[in-house]
Amino acid sequence: MALKDITLGQYFPGNTVIHRLDPRTKLLFTVLYIVALFSAKGGVAYAVLFAVLCASIAVSRIHPRNILRGMKPILFIIVLTAVLNIFYTPGDPIWQWKFLKITVEGLWAAFFMVLRISFLITCTFLLTYTTSPIMLTDGLERLLGPLKKLRVPVHELSMMMSIALRFIPTLIEETDKIMSAQKARGADFDTGNLFQKAKALVPLLVPLFISAFRRADELATAMECRCYHGGEGRTRLRQLRFQGSDIAALILGTALVALVLIFRALGI
Amino acid sequence: MDAIIQTEKLSHIYSAGTPFEHAALEEVDFAACRGEYLGIIGRTGSGKSTLIQHLNGLLKPTSGRVLFEGKDIWETKERTRQTRFQVGLVFQYPEYQLFEETVYKDIAFGPRNMKLDEHEVDRRVRDAAAFVGLPDAVLEKSPFELSGGQKRRVAIAGVIAMEPAVLILDEPTAGLDPVGVESILGNIRDYHRAKNATIILVSHSMEEVARSVDRLVVVSKGHIPFTGTPREVFAHGDELEAMGLGVPQVTRVFHRLRAMGVDIDPSVYTIGQARAAVRDYLARKGAV
Ligand SMILES: Nc1ncnc2c1ncn2[C@@H]1O[C@H](COP(=O)(O)OP(=O)(O)O)[C@@H](O)[C@H]1O
Ligand SMILES: [Mg+2]
Repeated sequence: MALKDITLGQYFPGNTVIHRLDPRTKLLFTVLYIVALFSAKGGVAYAVLFAVLCASIAVSRIHPRNILRGMKPILFIIVLTAVLNIFYTPGDPIWQWKFLKITVEGLWAAFFMVLRISFLITCTFLLTYTTSPIMLTDGLERLLGPLKKLRVPVHELSMMMSIALRFIPTLIEETDKIMSAQKARGADFDTGNLFQKAKALVPLLVPLFISAFRRADELATAMECRCYHGGEGRTRLRQLRFQGSDIAALILGTALVALVLIFRALGI
Repeated sequence: MDAIIQTEKLSHIYSAGTPFEHAALEEVDFAACRGEYLGIIGRTGSGKSTLIQHLNGLLKPTSGRVLFEGKDIWETKERTRQTRFQVGLVFQYPEYQLFEETVYKDIAFGPRNMKLDEHEVDRRVRDAAAFVGLPDAVLEKSPFELSGGQKRRVAIAGVIAMEPAVLILDEPTAGLDPVGVESILGNIRDYHRAKNATIILVSHSMEEVARSVDRLVVVSKGHIPFTGTPREVFAHGDELEAMGLGVPQVTRVFHRLRAMGVDIDPSVYTIGQARAAVRDYLARKGAV
């Protein structure tokens, strides 16, 4: 897998209803969805959550392939949780070998755990796939705004976050480039024992750090040249405004949580 | 002439299967002959860097083949790695890849990866440094305290020290002052003569390549519309302009003269040739 195929935190531009929603709405909806997900107990609740997810993916026109691609790096975690749940849940054994046993309860627990993790990952992916990093941090800053009263440096934190997000693709591209350049001089990043592999990283990491520091320096100068002096009195080019669709989405999210809680009470 | 390195119907698609899918090369047939000085020219984004990164196996073709000395470089893993030593590639802005404590060690990185003995490594480092005009005193300095132009020379020496049969340089003069440009182009010409190596010089400047190369390959939108001697290629002046590539200034003047009805050979690209063409024209006119 080439480095640039990593899709975590990547934004797929588009112009669907979901893309156009206010970032605050999408953040809140994601939180509501996660609350619902962790309150869900039975099959019906999961079916409803799955349906909501599928509908969102369909509306956002994100190709399911991209979602699956994003899952790849965490496949290991999913498999591990599944295995742990299968073997370590007490209950009626349906298969036993020495100290290992599989129980019906374990199979169900593993199944729901896998669903839970996959849904969680998919819904956060959907958030970052349909919201540009700038919008995301804008939304976050506004949502966390009240914390400013408690002297939490919300603006600074969100500025740091947006700069970090902005530079992830740049650094990945740079890593790719430096790796190619060192490979052209015979560097070998793939073979050897752990010690040799770690040593092979030096020709990659030294130039990468140097260029990251240089970029940070240049960026700071550029920001100062444009009179940046923190969040005090700063106004925005894009004002965030809630619209009809945002209200609808939030009502939907609240309804989802309520529905899941009702299912839970009914035990389905 | 026999080709030392060539591609057959080489295509490369970046980010295949995502919304960012982009075909950077489409069915490109390219060849460089043994010992020739070849120029690759095309505007930014035309696919030059993508093409040359295939030549030493840094990029894998989406389809098509890359042959070095007649054999597919992707046949075995070992072959791909060996090709990297035979086909040296100097990236664009190579100074950002320096990492060692001293210039000497940085230039020695390639030769050491080739598992040469210390004596041979030493010879190659000193030879390479001499080719790019780095004085001995610089070898023990840290590469990070050098000027931009000197860093560039160190990085080029780092590839030359592997003594590759094919040396590819991706825009080696980008961002240098005119004196630096001349000096680096001169170093490359010297290396070409001394080692009889195959040189592939990538550039977006016609003026720059026209003076150095034996043959030109024009890349445009992932295709190769023309190849030939500079004279042959510059005969396509209008098409080149349409691709966003300027022809050298003298060539443009001569094309205009031709368009104005002056009966003169428009395929000149150096001042010397221009003088000869004008003389020839005046002589013929005098004879009438
Ligand atoms: N790593 C990459 N990922 C995606 N697209 C790329 C990548 N590298 C280059 N491209 C695209 O491929 C095309 C050709 O690029 P490149 O070979 O670098 O051109 P040149 O060297 O002629 O400027 C460009 O449109 C560029 O945007
Ligand atoms: Mg390029």
